Amino acid sequence: MHTFSHGIHPDQAKLTAASPIQRFPFTQNYVVHLAQNAGSPALAIVQAGQRVLRGQVIARPNGLVSVPVHAPVTGTVKQVGTSLDFNGKPTPSVLIAADPSSDQQIWQTHPQDFVQMSPEQIIEAVRDMGMVGLGGAAFPTHVKLKAPPGHSIKTLILNGAECEPFLTSDHRVMVEQSEDIHLGAQILLKATGAQECVIAIEDNKPDAITAMEEICARQGDKRIRVEVFVAKYPQGAEKMLIKALTGQEVPSGSIPASLGIVVSNIATAAEIGHLLPLGIGLTERVVTITGDGIRKPGNYLIPIGTPLNFILQEVGVVGDPYKIIFGGPMMGKSVAFHDSPITKGTSGIVIFAQPQVADEGQLYNCIRCGACIEACPMHLEPYRLGMLARHHSYETMVQDYHLFDCFECGSCSFVCPSNIPLVQQFRISKQFLRDKERHV
Amino acid sequence: MDYIIITKAVIFMLALGGFLAFAIVLANRKLAVEEDPRIDEIEGILPGTNCGACGQPGCRAFAETLVAGSTNPAQCTVSSDAIKNQVAQHLGVQLSQVEKRVARLACGGGSHVARQRTRYVGMESCRAASLVAGGGKGCAWGCLGLEDCGVACTFDAISFSPHGLPIVDIDKCTACGDCVIACPQQLFSLQPVSHQLWVNCKSLEVGDVAEAECEVACTACGRCVADAASGLVVMRDNLPVVNYSLNHFAQRPIIDRCPTGAITWIVDGDKFETGHEAKRVIRQSALPIG
Repeated sequence: MHTFSHGIHPDQAKLTAASPIQRFPFTQNYVVHLAQNAGSPALAIVQAGQRVLRGQVIARPNGLVSVPVHAPVTGTVKQVGTSLDFNGKPTPSVLIAADPSSDQQIWQTHPQDFVQMSPEQIIEAVRDMGMVGLGGAAFPTHVKLKAPPGHSIKTLILNGAECEPFLTSDHRVMVEQSEDIHLGAQILLKATGAQECVIAIEDNKPDAITAMEEICARQGDKRIRVEVFVAKYPQGAEKMLIKALTGQEVPSGSIPASLGIVVSNIATAAEIGHLLPLGIGLTERVVTITGDGIRKPGNYLIPIGTPLNFILQEVGVVGDPYKIIFGGPMMGKSVAFHDSPITKGTSGIVIFAQPQVADEGQLYNCIRCGACIEACPMHLEPYRLGMLARHHSYETMVQDYHLFDCFECGSCSFVCPSNIPLVQQFRISKQFLRDKERHV
Repeated sequence: MDYIIITKAVIFMLALGGFLAFAIVLANRKLAVEEDPRIDEIEGILPGTNCGACGQPGCRAFAETLVAGSTNPAQCTVSSDAIKNQVAQHLGVQLSQVEKRVARLACGGGSHVARQRTRYVGMESCRAASLVAGGGKGCAWGCLGLEDCGVACTFDAISFSPHGLPIVDIDKCTACGDCVIACPQQLFSLQPVSHQLWVNCKSLEVGDVAEAECEVACTACGRCVADAASGLVVMRDNLPVVNYSLNHFAQRPIIDRCPTGAITWIVDGDKFETGHEAKRVIRQSALPIG
């Protein structure tokens, strides 16, 4: 079994690991953000009052690192303008009113046979289906598949580690859609030109491991194999996966392609395997909705753009929730606006009725216990970075302590006995430096 | 025997010392850098805050440019008139007139008028709050009131109103720009103190939507644009923007028909007056969260 040094063992709390994926009902109004992918937002190509079909392209990509957006529902465009995202910032979006009389048949272009297609055609098809990394960062998949000049891809890793506590969407996808994943892996192998594909799963998901091993044995494709990793947070970070699997470190400031590796989320592979042969765009995704603040936790297949207040109503929220998080509790983001919608990057929604451990503790001074150093998977010195952040020595943090190698997994804050909000300080520092660059 | 060794050692050390002293003297002569003594003198007169408001990285660098004659003592916004005069006399230059600038906040949404949608729990810092769901304030552009600007201000010029909004003391403000960088919402800007027409809002929302989140938000009704001289106030992204190159046309009646008091007229440098038709806010307590 593979693993990496450092990291933490938070309570897994995978409450929904055994609940099968259910289709979520349609609602009346959808808010489709155009900036759902990392990179530049898509440009709307529909007008208010226009009728759209489910699966129809409503926004075209703007630039290289951008993907189109498809209508999640058949209905009428109400408005093309801005709406607030879950950060409270205005973002371009298209509002669609669903047609209640429609049967919500999905719109298909034409079936595509990947065996006949060249790698370039596959990459183009992946972009046209609006595919982004479904793990949370929402980086456009087609950009990843094309190796940068001077590099070639040897290994494809499909990331089914799902180390975030509470989240089980990838777990359920592996159990229920193993055939789609296998087909997606073959498509991605052809697109990248990689020789081998590793499906990475943590050992706390034995049913997923069995399902994936079975399909690999049945299909008999020698290039695709399952590797089991020790369950530890943050095993699902791509740098940790590569370290655990190959023992190599991705150089600071570089991408995995420099080692000939591409890491893709397992759900991304499943959607490609499911949708690409049919010629359908990405209009819905599997989202884990969990936490002690709701009555019906589970894994749901939800149309993108479904507003949060409809979801809360459907899953039966208990009283006034204390905290709602998009993503997992470790790296997810709190939501202030109940009308913010599901985007392509939303892998889970965690709803807490009660304050959790991290919210309560009283703040003490750093006692130099070194727990954060033991926890940091990137082998940084979080306590020192934290002290520098308190004194606003942001430049020193970058030059001497590698601030930008921190990917904000939150392990340091989790273990800190003094309850110092270390990750929060690092995020402030990074944002301050970016802001300052803009001012100069 | 010992006596000889000690003597030898003493002589050797003395010779070594003499040689190195000679080397230092030589280096001092050969490698000496000619520096204008006035730089040190001017630096002594300057306030020594190293705030960077003059555009130089610190007071020493400013003194160097002063002596080189490429800038004027009036560029230092921190020092008093007496100090500036002293520097000008010392250098024998004419003190130019630079208009005093101060930091102005473009938000009137205190806790008694602006809605807070969610309770923020976490680090007491605007920047931290802005990273967590935008701080939970209904208006995405508004002041979060967690005092990042007050912490950044080295001149103690920023105090806070009971409703959490920063108040700039124009006598203490040196226009160093630290608050401009500190504010994650980019609400501060440096403005000449003589400019009286001021848009006290950054909300890009329109009409009732804007007013639902903050009672003093600009609703983009356009009355100020209609009442101002042509080109003085223009509506850009649902927010009036004052073209200060036409500031000589600015008159108080421009603000009078503003329904929310989002556009203000600054009297005596620090009193923000709203128009006659602006609603009067008499509530003092904070709005409930939700």
